[in-house]
Amino acid sequence: MKPKVLVITGYGINCEEETAKCFNIAGAESEIVHINDIIDGSRKFKNYQIIAFPGGFSYGDDTGSGNAMANKITNNLKEDLLTYLKDDKLVIGICNGMQIMANLGLVPATDMKYGERQAAMMRNVNVKLECRWVYVKNVSKKCIWTKGIEMMHLPISHGEGNFYTEAEILQKMKDNDQVVFKFVNEDGSPANNQYPINPNGALEDIAGICDPTGKIFALMPHPERFNSFTNEDNWELKKETLIRAGQPLPTQGDGLRILRNGVEYFK
Amino acid sequence: MPHNQAHGDAHRIEVYTKVNDTTSMVMLKKLRSFGYDIEECKVVEVYTVNKDFGEKQLREIAEMLSNPVSQSYLLDSAVSSTTTPATSGLNFDFALEIGFLPGVTDNVASTAREEISELLKCKFENEESVHTSSLIFVSAAGVKDTGGTGSSSSPASALTEADILKIGNKLANSLIQRIHVKSHEKFAAERGMDVIVPKVNLQKPKAVSTVSLDLPEAELLKLGKEGILDEDGTRRGPLALDKDALEAIKTYFTGVGRDPTDIELESLAQTWSEHCKHTIFAAKIDDNEEGLYKGYIKRATKEIRAAKGDKDFCVSVFSDNSGGIIFDENWIITDKAETHNSPSALDPFGGAITGIIGVNRDTIGFGLGAKPIINKYGFCVGNPDDQEPIFRDKELTQEALPPKRILEGVIDGVNAGGNCSGIPTPQGFVYFDESYKGKPLVFVGTVGLIPKTINGKPSWEKEAKRDDKIVVIGGRVGQDGIHGATFSSEALTAGSPATAVQIGDPITQKKFSDAIVKEARDLELYNSITDNGAGGLSCSVAEMAKEVGGCEVNLETIPLKYPNLEPWKIWLSESQERMTLAVPPSKLQQFLELMSKRGVEATVIGEFNDSGRCIVNYNGQKIMDLDLEFLHNGLPRKKIKTTYTKPKTKEAKFDQPQDLTQTLLAMLARPNIASYEFITTQYDHNVQGGSILKPLQGKGRVNSPTSITKPFPETNRGIICSQGLNPKYSHIDTYHMAASAIDTAVRNVIAVGGTLDYLALMDNFCWCSSTESERLGQLKAACEAVYEYAVTYGAPYISGKDSMFNDFKGFDKQGKAIKISAVPTLLISSLGVLDDLTLAVSLDPKFAGDLIYILGETKDELGGSEYFDSMGEVAAGDVPKVDSKSAIQLYKKFRSAIEKRLISSALSPNIGGLGVTLAKKAIAGQLGMEIDLCNLSAGGIPRADHTLFSESQSRIVVTIDPKRQKEFEEHFADLPFGLLGHTTEDKNFIIKANNGDKPSEVILKTNIATLDQYYRKNYLA
Repeated sequence: MKPKVLVITGYGINCEEETAKCFNIAGAESEIVHINDIIDGSRKFKNYQIIAFPGGFSYGDDTGSGNAMANKITNNLKEDLLTYLKDDKLVIGICNGMQIMANLGLVPATDMKYGERQAAMMRNVNVKLECRWVYVKNVSKKCIWTKGIEMMHLPISHGEGNFYTEAEILQKMKDNDQVVFKFVNEDGSPANNQYPINPNGALEDIAGICDPTGKIFALMPHPERFNSFTNEDNWELKKETLIRAGQPLPTQGDGLRILRNGVEYFK
Repeated sequence: MPHNQAHGDAHRIEVYTKVNDTTSMVMLKKLRSFGYDIEECKVVEVYTVNKDFGEKQLREIAEMLSNPVSQSYLLDSAVSSTTTPATSGLNFDFALEIGFLPGVTDNVASTAREEISELLKCKFENEESVHTSSLIFVSAAGVKDTGGTGSSSSPASALTEADILKIGNKLANSLIQRIHVKSHEKFAAERGMDVIVPKVNLQKPKAVSTVSLDLPEAELLKLGKEGILDEDGTRRGPLALDKDALEAIKTYFTGVGRDPTDIELESLAQTWSEHCKHTIFAAKIDDNEEGLYKGYIKRATKEIRAAKGDKDFCVSVFSDNSGGIIFDENWIITDKAETHNSPSALDPFGGAITGIIGVNRDTIGFGLGAKPIINKYGFCVGNPDDQEPIFRDKELTQEALPPKRILEGVIDGVNAGGNCSGIPTPQGFVYFDESYKGKPLVFVGTVGLIPKTINGKPSWEKEAKRDDKIVVIGGRVGQDGIHGATFSSEALTAGSPATAVQIGDPITQKKFSDAIVKEARDLELYNSITDNGAGGLSCSVAEMAKEVGGCEVNLETIPLKYPNLEPWKIWLSESQERMTLAVPPSKLQQFLELMSKRGVEATVIGEFNDSGRCIVNYNGQKIMDLDLEFLHNGLPRKKIKTTYTKPKTKEAKFDQPQDLTQTLLAMLARPNIASYEFITTQYDHNVQGGSILKPLQGKGRVNSPTSITKPFPETNRGIICSQGLNPKYSHIDTYHMAASAIDTAVRNVIAVGGTLDYLALMDNFCWCSSTESERLGQLKAACEAVYEYAVTYGAPYISGKDSMFNDFKGFDKQGKAIKISAVPTLLISSLGVLDDLTLAVSLDPKFAGDLIYILGETKDELGGSEYFDSMGEVAAGDVPKVDSKSAIQLYKKFRSAIEKRLISSALSPNIGGLGVTLAKKAIAGQLGMEIDLCNLSAGGIPRADHTLFSESQSRIVVTIDPKRQKEFEEHFADLPFGLLGHTTEDKNFIIKANNGDKPSEVILKTNIATLDQYYRKNYLA
């Protein structure tokens, strides 16, 4: 059976269509639902296996990126969401979705304190939106969404991706294998907070984190934007290499692997 | 009059960042860049909540608005005497607060207000409100000589209050923002900043007044030029009505037997404005009865479509908010490009953001509503290092913004508008010329996507029906943008209205865009839709009334930002983010419910009918009653006489420079050629998941003139966009200027894999002084090329726009009157479809040892070139001429070469010519090059510098796999091409040339790192 994905939209979320399509390509059955249709009860969290918080600019980043949407959910749907988390189900948040989830307290939620804000997604060090491709390395064995992935080439596009938390929380995250993606050089060596390899100044080059169970995953890069071979930065060089070698050109993009991991969990 | 008001029930919540405070660090850098020796600064976000909450509630609000991990907050400025917790020990000298003026859109405040309402389950009633401002604590180390800003006499240890005011005025835009300064002592004594609620207080207006047109001619003309005379003796601002138009109105009202009301006159002025009616393009021109628009632009499209027959891909051209062409069997793509020049001159950020989200509405307003999928931009500004002040008034009190600040502002505006709306912005350019100093050209464009049919009916057809309700959705109405349409139809002067400035609110628009395009459209909840742009409701409602034959509007139903707005202003206001729809009564309830569920304000303001009249009521009183036919067609058609005396150009006088290496490096660093990656990377070009050919290409990240985007993750078909402009050629010949712009936009598409068979164009004319016969002659010559080249290439225009008065009339620093007119500029945007995305070719060479070829002829044509301009001789020599016959042969052959996968990289030379193209390719591929110019196909250029920098059109530089040399040369055997050299593993960049009969020798030698360094020189630093 195909898992059902709830792709949340509304108020400036803007990556819902490609996120939903990519989940479908990855083998799920996704539905785009306006947050107000959940609040008024016409859709319910419990009828889905995966909740996806897509990227975008919910509320235009006003009062802090992801904060206003998180407040909307907290003020209207907190109990429903916490109940959903008790089942064996998944959540993913991409870019603005990560910012929303950090404000909701879905990640890192150390000590299983779901609903408590433990991390901040602060403004990028250069105070500008950064749209570029980065390399991230998977350092987590626990995260369901990144199983079998070592490194990935993915696009980022955000103005507030500068992950920060207090030392004590960070230590707990490490102890619990909750740090998932780190920005790295093309050869896999650490970014060591060097711009633009670490494009936003994130603490310890952190680009993606999960909750203590590994089922709730939040990341700044956009896997859904690498849905086909021709999406990748510099794919033209790969194309030329393959053509000269007489090899066929691939069609799908690497980014789908993350979504596929989520879908596979239910098989 | 609006004013700031201290308010008893209002509270301040000050949010400050405790760790990694990059905002304050960036502010510090900025303040220092103004020339002040600032020790430290701290930026604090302030929310002024104008509702009587208790402390417990305020704490809850503050905890919600701040992030406990990184921030903290203060309530009602609970400060100690010397420092506040926010400044964490910083011993500040001054506190500077920047907030909005009354009535200015405050997006963050609207969001905060919604959050507070939901948190405390309360409502903001009547005049209760939320406002934001930013508070900057500044501590000075001392004051440097700031070079003429007048602060050099200050003691070394302190900033004066005058300095802080100056800083405040640099940070704020006085048209939309207020500043408030307190010294440390005052701040301590008064326990913080004041609670200020910016509130608009307008007197209850008179519903309507009448205006007599029975005036002496001089007075009548003054009425047209400066506007209606108010009771207080001031004029309301330009109607931009000329004598013929005023006489026509006078005759109409004589016939009706009464004087016009103010709203009628204002409404006619909007509808008849150059901005809306394009009177110059519509006019009879010399002996051409049809005029420029019908006789050249529309005619080209008509003839091309007829010639294409079954292969015609146009769906809807020139009749709607955008033009539409077929994308595939199920989908249509739309395109539209606009300019927002005048507003951007006054408030670059506001002008650009409202420009980009305004053109997005031209997409949402196409047919029954297309989804915006690609944003495009183009910024033409004065030279970035030009610091020479110019003024709008003789008293030298209104200084125009310098080019650098305009550029920074417009970059930020498109950033905020495009990024927040979730529309990728992969396509754009920046262009510099001193003639854009007074008034920048800000081009914005949007491509949209719509299914061919909606529930079986053509999606591009729409028609308001009798009894349909007139419904307005989106933002509320304030006095923003009054006279926008008439203002942009005049030169920029001291009298230019400040209310023409607008602030954008992309999220309000995003909400209704999604609700319309993703839901209401496919439920068929409305019969017609259009954008509220220039002229506001007065234009959108009257425009739609044409579809059905009449309308009646009740102005008092329209939601306002603040009470007591005069009725004529409600009718004309260009407050942003609004669309007008025709909703059938049977669907009204469902429509309103859907909008409410999506957080979109929707209001019924009247009804469409077939009365033949446009009627506006205000509180039961009829204040406008115009014959619809007169409103739309009563404007007498202009007749224009033109002259065009083409300048006789001379040969350039300078000799070939000794050191061509240095010449090339200097060319690469010129702002018209250099990298603009700093813009590219702050615009999201990946959102919607369809970025294919990116704005930065190769390992060396070189800006590409062309982009490819695919609208669907699951298919392999894409949209090619490019742009072409060569304004400097206008110094010599506007005909060839236009021809080159067209060829550039076309061949850029060809170079990445597009075809001539599937290519549409758009024209954006930005002219100047369009009352002068010479300027009009230049315009006519450009239009001749616009017609001829489109027809030869078979590329139809699907939409276009003109802006005819890009002139600045003001004063230099001595108070001498000056006029700065933008050089006649034509932007051509191209739109193609690529059927197999794997065919796309990027500009970077891929491997060392690949062969480098040039296709097409290089001629001694440097007139108007960037190179001659750099030598101070822009108007010398011959301007590039486009030989479209041979270009077409090349472009067709090129596509078949791409299908054979013969081309591994391609870039077409444009500004800076072959030398710059080779350098950019070398940087992009991070590969060296060995080039010999003696193999250039055309041997006719004696000078190497001319060969390197000639801007001959219709050329493409490619690299290929050396194993396929024979195949390649056979493929292009019938066309002029030359083998220039090859790429190398070492990173050296070497160009040889032969001098007369002697063997080739090295004329230029450098390396990739050096090229890169010049290419990336930051002209905004």
